[in-house]
Amino acid sequence: MTMEKKRYERPVIQKLNSGLLNKFGSATEIKPLTEIDGVPVKRLVAEYGSPLFVFSERQIREKYAEVHKIFTTRYPKVKFGWSYKTNYLNAICNIFHQQGSWAEVVSGFEYEKALQNGVPGNKIIFNGPDKTAADLQKAMANNSLIHLDHMDEFYLLNELAAAGHKKPRVAIRVNMDTGVYPIWDRFGFNYENGQAWSAINKIMTSGNFTMVGLHCHIGTFMLAPSAYGIAADKLAALFVRIKNKFGHTLEYIDLGGGLPSPNNLKGAYLPGNDLVPPIEEFADTIANSLLNSDIAPNELPLLIMESGRLLIDEAGYLIGTVIANKRLSTGRRATILDFGVNSLFTSFWYNHKISPAQEVSNYKEDVELFGPLCMNIDVVRESVILPPLNTGDRVVAQNVGAYNVTQWMQFITMRPNVVLIDDQGKPHIIRRAESLDTLNQMEEMPAHLKTFKL
Amino acid sequence: MILKKSVAISETGFIFNPATGDSYTVNPIAAEILQLLKAAKSLAEIKQEILQQYDVDEKTLEEDLSDFSSHLQQLGLAEHEA
Repeated sequence: MTMEKKRYERPVIQKLNSGLLNKFGSATEIKPLTEIDGVPVKRLVAEYGSPLFVFSERQIREKYAEVHKIFTTRYPKVKFGWSYKTNYLNAICNIFHQQGSWAEVVSGFEYEKALQNGVPGNKIIFNGPDKTAADLQKAMANNSLIHLDHMDEFYLLNELAAAGHKKPRVAIRVNMDTGVYPIWDRFGFNYENGQAWSAINKIMTSGNFTMVGLHCHIGTFMLAPSAYGIAADKLAALFVRIKNKFGHTLEYIDLGGGLPSPNNLKGAYLPGNDLVPPIEEFADTIANSLLNSDIAPNELPLLIMESGRLLIDEAGYLIGTVIANKRLSTGRRATILDFGVNSLFTSFWYNHKISPAQEVSNYKEDVELFGPLCMNIDVVRESVILPPLNTGDRVVAQNVGAYNVTQWMQFITMRPNVVLIDDQGKPHIIRRAESLDTLNQMEEMPAHLKTFKL
Repeated sequence: MILKKSVAISETGFIFNPATGDSYTVNPIAAEILQLLKAAKSLAEIKQEILQQYDVDEKTLEEDLSDFSSHLQQLGLAEHEA
């Protein structure tokens, strides 16, 4: 009988620093993440390769139900609009549509995607500063909710509406001071200086529009619930002012997105779990502002929320593989992974939690994680405490569901497979990995460049 | 490569260098390697010993041993044989 050999781990020596201690200390144990929704990481990599994005359908549905309940138990009429730019893989969008989300889009292409997914036109919210005449025509024909961003758009839509004898359903995006800086004043019409009220007057008196709502989106990864309360107060004041002056009752107030996920923002003193206020606090302040406003109880508008990150971030994982280990000139450890900033775009602003995907010892070292790109900017984590990883070991980056599969770049390497694990624990490919053919099919070669001699 | 004589190694993987006052922790395999070095084994002998006991291929081990030994020198815990 041969004796089974012991699991190998790279020899590690680490200096003990007795000096200033981190007042929070650090976890003494690093838990490996060996499976996602019951499916072993090993099996996922064997079947779909590495790197690999994995989404959990169960987690998406559970999170949606949780956040939806938080809002609907505080305010009588609530609708979520799925923010396409956060993650517009069709399978992901359709999970949200099955849960009851409308679509919230910010470009003609996203608008078309929502239509093709089967979202009725009148349940698509069209935001953003870039809507072409053709986009507006289509949105108007489909009775979509067009959120005007600037006066040029107002004049364009006004012309199109007059020519087409069709009354588009519109809202305006309002920007405002909510006590959080910088103010996002590049989108929409300003509240404090009267721009918003002036635009509302133009819309109401033009006769070419049906004004149905008010919209704002005050920022991103917002950590102050009070800011949403101020935003709701201001939109409610406009709602009442429209009612008083024109006798017109709007259908909805859309407070946009920007609610945070428990991710670790770079530069933040505290980790995400300690920094991010409970979502109940956001819902409380929004509901209180609307319910306590001067809006008549029988005319309370529908509250639309366009949360993206909050609903999807935690349901996304990125599995990767250790390509190599090296020591930097300073003696520090560096590990090269097979995914970098091209796939994990959000590593530019988050310190993503990264866990080993196999059993590890309790010994840890400070290591810098690089991606595979031959570019100096390709840093996944500047500093992270991990057990010694061997070449070929797997790691899992967590909370990567938002913005990565939309902002990822085909740069140096190809975008990898994306898999969804369904409610029953069965994986499905929802986006195939790109290949050289994917790229080449879009290129054209002029005849005189077809051949060369070296 | 030889470990400096004054370097103290505890059984639990605690290393103390009286020359500098610095202390270090090591993982079990590093402790084992240090003990072997202390017992005046050569790197080649240590390599064989580890290969027999652990599930690792020779190439990986060679690379890791070389990195570990140069790190020991960088930390001033070991030196080249005279």
